[in-house]
Amino acid sequence: MKKLFKYRRTGLIGSPYKILVLNIVAWVIGVLWITPFIGIFMTSIKPFREVVLHGWWTISPFTFTLKNYVDALFNPMFSLSRGILNSFIIAIPSTVIPVTVAALTAYGFARFSLPIKKYLFATILFLMAVPQQMTIIPIFFLLKNLSLLNTYLGLILVHSSWGIPWITFFLRNYFSLLPVELEEAARVDGATDFQVFRKVVLPLAIPGIISASVLQFAWVWNDFFFALMLIFDPDKMVVTQMLPRLKGQYQVDWGLLSSGSVIAMLAPLLVYAFFNKYYMSGFRGWAMKR
Amino acid sequence: MTQLKITPKRISFFIPALILILVFVVYPIIATIILSFNINPIPGVNIVERPPGFENYIKIATDKRFINPKGIETHSFPMGAIIHNVIWIAIHLPLTLIVGILFAVYLQYVRGGSIIRSFIFLGMVIPMIVGGLLILFSFDKDLGVVNLLLKLFGLGFLARTWTIYPDTALFSLILGSVWLWSGFSVTMYSAGLSSLPREVIEAAIVDGADFKTILFKVIIPMLKPVTLTVVAMTILWDLKIFDVVYAATQGGPGGASMVLALLMYEYFARLGDYAMSATVATVLTIIIIPVVIFWIRSVIRGEREV
Repeated sequence: MKKLFKYRRTGLIGSPYKILVLNIVAWVIGVLWITPFIGIFMTSIKPFREVVLHGWWTISPFTFTLKNYVDALFNPMFSLSRGILNSFIIAIPSTVIPVTVAALTAYGFARFSLPIKKYLFATILFLMAVPQQMTIIPIFFLLKNLSLLNTYLGLILVHSSWGIPWITFFLRNYFSLLPVELEEAARVDGATDFQVFRKVVLPLAIPGIISASVLQFAWVWNDFFFALMLIFDPDKMVVTQMLPRLKGQYQVDWGLLSSGSVIAMLAPLLVYAFFNKYYMSGFRGWAMKR
Repeated sequence: MTQLKITPKRISFFIPALILILVFVVYPIIATIILSFNINPIPGVNIVERPPGFENYIKIATDKRFINPKGIETHSFPMGAIIHNVIWIAIHLPLTLIVGILFAVYLQYVRGGSIIRSFIFLGMVIPMIVGGLLILFSFDKDLGVVNLLLKLFGLGFLARTWTIYPDTALFSLILGSVWLWSGFSVTMYSAGLSSLPREVIEAAIVDGADFKTILFKVIIPMLKPVTLTVVAMTILWDLKIFDVVYAATQGGPGGASMVLALLMYEYFARLGDYAMSATVATVLTIIIIPVVIFWIRSVIRGEREV
């Protein structure tokens, strides 16, 4: 508020009346911005008949029901409870593997002198920007040859590899900002490179590791394309993959689809809420992936 | 700092990542390019139906779903995936920049501005497939917030399910993508603003500059690096867009909202023409390369300054 008054004094913002209007307008826009979220949530906790007849915004009539959630979670064709489980089965290893592997590489990038480092670095940046479509056809046939098509392991390998470039880029920046004095001291004491990395660097880099893990987890969870191409078995499908299949052939069934949407976005929203600080600091590196 | 000399042992730090990236990223990229010329890139897999050569590229240039001269001539949809992607950028990019910078500046002076900022950021957090469904929901004739607003302003006669008509499907998705993606530009600009030296803006205030002058003469020029990043990322995102379209319209009606990434998928899954699918993917990658080079340069320039 102090800041506001200062700007007011200098005539930058205007009178108290103007300030009030500016605040109200901002909040109206803010609430309008999330109205689709409110709408889909309201639709999900009402009987769809009531939504069709009166709209999702009415408070009266308002019949609270969890039927849409039960229908989505235990759908006979595409059970979202199974989808959630599959998403976890895919997303957890697809976070642990690339973060571990990329942390090693990122440390190498940050500390070792490599003659071709400049080119490797540019290659990593290029790989961060390449569309998924550019890799998927050979991957499809490669996994088919290895009998890994339509398996968790196949998708996990693909996600892990795909995550390595951006995590390497992100952690390299993080590692290069760490002080080297401790590392040098450990080396003088006879520690090997790997010991230095594990005992000295990693503990210092935990916030960076968490940021990378949070973003990679959310990215894998949210991904649709790789799963769509590599998993066909309804029992193995991830939640984002099942969702469009609940749409219905001729008429969109918003009852089922609204609860399904809420279920599918819950995990990333919770991750965002609980790891907010880490999420935002990892955001720059991750934003590239879209 | 001084860099440690590379030794065979130290190379092992790179080995696991190198193997995974070579097998599952680099090799597939090269194989896709090879496949686009009708040459089998994977040993033991015969997926090519035509003789080797440039045939696919000629075929794609004359594919109506890729580019549709008749649609372009008559200004009606479908105009073809590549034109749709271009239209997407032409509308989305300026809007996302304007929304980004205005909100970032504006919300600084609003009570609870950071809460509104996190509302706007939600579009970045959720799966894009849900984003596409939310867009579909928002443009629904009876349930959507767009039509509710129209009715509120007495324009109820315009209300319709915007995503199912050829002339409005693509525009609905583009506007929806502005809504989803603004979290990116607003967040980037907000971070940029908070890192600006206060003194410069305060000096301008003391000099008696009004708000407009400060915005256009001080803030926007100083945020140029952020603008470059947002421009590059937005163009890349618009070119690669897939989930949103898949969830909302599947490229329909009648191809009116078809985009490159979805066309690639159509060739793969619906037509089983893998070589053509690879061709679309390669074309998509060729299109993004100038943007990527521009972006890589700016990153490397930024590195040197650090």
